[in-house]
Amino acid sequence: MTDATPALAPATSTRVTPAFLVGATLVGLHVVVGLLTLIWTPYDPTAMTGGRLAPPSLAHWAGTDRLGRDLFTEIMVGARIALSVGIGAVAIASAIGVTVGLLAAFASRTVDDVLAATLDILIAFPTLLLAMLIVAASDGASLGTAILAIGIASSSIVARLTRILARRVLAMDYITAARVSGTGWLGIVRIHVLPNIWPTLIVNFALQFGLAVIAEASLSYLGLGAPPPNASWGRLLQEAQATVYTAPFGAVAPGIALVSLVIGLNLFADGLRDVADPTRRRR
Amino acid sequence: MGNLLTIENMSIRHTGRLLVSGVSLSVTAGERVGLIGESGSGKSLTALAAIGLLPEGMTAEGSVLLADRQVIGAADRDVVGLRGTAVATIFQEPLTALDPLMRIGDQIAEVLRRRARRDGRSVSRADVATEVSALMARVALPDPVRLARAYPHEMSGGQRQRAAIAMALACRPSLLIADEPTTALDVTTQAEVLRLLETLVREENMGLLFISHDLPVVGTAVDRVLVLRAGELVEEGPVAEVFGRPRHPYTVGLVEAARAFDQAIGAAL
Repeated sequence: MTDATPALAPATSTRVTPAFLVGATLVGLHVVVGLLTLIWTPYDPTAMTGGRLAPPSLAHWAGTDRLGRDLFTEIMVGARIALSVGIGAVAIASAIGVTVGLLAAFASRTVDDVLAATLDILIAFPTLLLAMLIVAASDGASLGTAILAIGIASSSIVARLTRILARRVLAMDYITAARVSGTGWLGIVRIHVLPNIWPTLIVNFALQFGLAVIAEASLSYLGLGAPPPNASWGRLLQEAQATVYTAPFGAVAPGIALVSLVIGLNLFADGLRDVADPTRRRR
Repeated sequence: MGNLLTIENMSIRHTGRLLVSGVSLSVTAGERVGLIGESGSGKSLTALAAIGLLPEGMTAEGSVLLADRQVIGAADRDVVGLRGTAVATIFQEPLTALDPLMRIGDQIAEVLRRRARRDGRSVSRADVATEVSALMARVALPDPVRLARAYPHEMSGGQRQRAAIAMALACRPSLLIADEPTTALDVTTQAEVLRLLETLVREENMGLLFISHDLPVVGTAVDRVLVLRAGELVEEGPVAEVFGRPRHPYTVGLVEAARAFDQAIGAAL
């Protein structure tokens, strides 16, 4: 054989790495907690259940906030909010991004140039800044607006990635072979392009998920996310800021929750690539 | 009628530069035609123009009749119908000609299903599976059941090229265009693939347009040969005539180079 493409690199037998397991466990934990809050929470998340700014105790695992609400309950609800923002934002970003990216890849040179330049300009703006602009331009801050804003703001990155990946696939002989055997554009997208760019896209989606979670926390920290009394982690952090010297745990607990979910998503994304790509699988 | 492919006075331009000029050739059923020339002489472009798949920015003039239908200037929609019924193609590098993330059996099955849809036939899953096995056996792929579940990177170069040939056959084309199909293979595999192609073309009564820079390979694979140099046809005729008594200085050079190479190898042995 004369070729040495990456596909022929010795298959590392890393179908499931320990890092992937750790990531999946962390994400899974957040998902379970988030789902649990739909049917049960230790306390009513809006009820004042103890002394104000109480330190962690058996009754209040993460202490209470300045209004005496149970912080652990609020963090649990926060997991649900973070996950719904992540899912919603990634769904929106992938729907817009993959469509635009594929269109650009298939379009004529001129259309592609225009799309590519537009995407580059959009990417030059920080995602958070774009999301803030979108929230500011809309009627008011709500969870839905935050999801939409983050989704739209991240779609340019997905679009650019899709475009590059699809272009690379479209240059391959098997696409010409498919066209010679009479496959139409939609068939090529469905049969060849999407399956081939999927492993990379799915990893990117997992990373975008993590970024969306951070973006949501940042938006609510700035008061542009889900309005109170929604227990977004960003809002918890922002509220804890004023009392960070007297009751530091109010800031530490949501911080741990946020960091563990994002790290979990990143480890998960990494491991996902090995699972999704059969050429990296052991035979 | 009769000609599967008729190219008349075709030229290809890229931003004003003439890449191929005034090429004419024809292939009839059961005929094996070779197109030879050095790299960059326009062989592959001629083949791409024949199926209306020139890269963006290149334009073709003249006439290309594929199954008696004009390809030049035709809308892509009209040519799609011709591709895969009138013509199929085999490429130089079988690794890139196969989808890396699709099992071989699925890739062949996809072509079969598309062909069936186009003919208005409905085929059952079992029918397709049987036909895939039959095609894989036809191109002498060993153990079709196991290999049908293999990904391209799990096969040898020769097996991949055989799989690519099986995909081309699945279209049941009347004309097969082979663009340097043996260049990426080692010599033993080359001979096997050439023999396979020859048998298939004879038994299916297909036309073959064989593109190569390798004179001995072309000599064994085709009946008639055309020599392309810098986008122009310089000589054409039956293989024995062109290679035995080349008239154009360029062909003389090509033949002598091949002969000198053979002698050098003979001396080394």
